[in-house]
Amino acid sequence: MKTWMKIVIGIWITAVIAIGLAMPIGYIPGLGAKARIIYFHVPMSWLSVLAFFMSMWYGIGYLRKKDMKYDIKSATAAELGFVFSILATITGSIWAKFSWGSFWNWDPRETSIFVLLLIYGAYFALRSALEIEERRASLSAVYSVVAFVTVPFFVFIMPRIMFSLHPGGGGSPAPILNSSGKMYMEASMRYVFYASLIGFTGLYLWLFQIRAKIGLLNYNSLLENE
Amino acid sequence: MFMKAAAAILSKDFYSELRTRYALNSLIMFVVVTLSIILFSTAGEAVSPSLSAGILWIIIFFAAMSGLSRCFVSEEERGTAMTLQLWVKPSSVLLGKLAFNSLLIYVLNAMIIAAYLVTMPSFVVKAPLVFILTILIGSFGLASASTFIAAIISKANSKGTLYPVLSFPILLPLLVSVIDATRLSVEGGSLAEAMGDFKIMFSYSVVVTTVAIVLFDFVWRD
Repeated sequence: MKTWMKIVIGIWITAVIAIGLAMPIGYIPGLGAKARIIYFHVPMSWLSVLAFFMSMWYGIGYLRKKDMKYDIKSATAAELGFVFSILATITGSIWAKFSWGSFWNWDPRETSIFVLLLIYGAYFALRSALEIEERRASLSAVYSVVAFVTVPFFVFIMPRIMFSLHPGGGGSPAPILNSSGKMYMEASMRYVFYASLIGFTGLYLWLFQIRAKIGLLNYNSLLENE
Repeated sequence: MFMKAAAAILSKDFYSELRTRYALNSLIMFVVVTLSIILFSTAGEAVSPSLSAGILWIIIFFAAMSGLSRCFVSEEERGTAMTLQLWVKPSSVLLGKLAFNSLLIYVLNAMIIAAYLVTMPSFVVKAPLVFILTILIGSFGLASASTFIAAIISKANSKGTLYPVLSFPILLPLLVSVIDATRLSVEGGSLAEAMGDFKIMFSYSVVVTTVAIVLFDFVWRD
């Protein structure tokens, strides 16, 4: 990544945070000023799913090509996804405290992010229990694919079947997650939201690149020492 | 040819199980121990029917976690995995093992449920059809996911602890729907009410079995 891009990402995210906190918020029924969490919580959740997908994608890449480069990228995506899903859990939990009155109450959405955390945890446990590199790469790739096909049951099916208090669940205001596929936000809010999504995705890609490079260098120096 | 090999694997596992009765004996003891712990801790308490439905699946889940990994772990421990790799197609191995594990879990569940119905006074099934369907579909889903995870962990260190850790997040969609369907059957819900749960169980079983067959090559031949 070019230096100017890093600077742009830095300024961009700073601006998004400043505007997100300072800008007067449009009217969203039932959420009010608490809706500012949209600028931070939604990008985190989006990135935790994106990273999960990328981890599986590179995992499949490894299974096809048998190149360790893919495995390193797959593990890197999983590490970052884990961090972002923790952040999504924390931001969501803080919001839940002020909107629902408790940090955690096993809402279907909370269950789904909890399962995502568990899967990431299991993925790392599996990786640390396998010593032979090729075996670790192929088995963890297989596990991430199996996990990826079962997660939609949680993220997409269950919150829609069961009653959820999360915005988008039955009877609560739904600025983003709703069945009609539209966004109910004022134009100004929507711009900040998109800007935030783009900014955090850029940050993620930058982190991903650095971590993947470190992983590759470590792997190469290991090969040279042997 | 393909099915014949799978049937051969099934009968091989069946006979070696009959010879030692290792899995069945230890599983029966496991169920007895777990059930008695639950009975001790709920003695004198009024356990609500919906809670008893959840407890039933806790027993089934952990019984499965302690018994179903054996099918692949024993092959690795005895060093017979190589022979199987030489002689049989990977998908036949998976199907044979899946058939054996399904059989095992059906027998086991029949015993667990019989023991549970006798010892748990609050667990009275009011909608038998819903309950039987839940057990039939749910057990197969449980067997398919845990057979595949067993294949993965049989190659790893610390197999025993890793197995429930890896299986739980994969099995959770199934567990949530079977517990909900069992609760409905205890509360006397209709078949139509449980339909959503059945759909999830069924699609889950199909998806996991398919993915397992597709990916088993990569696990088995490394």
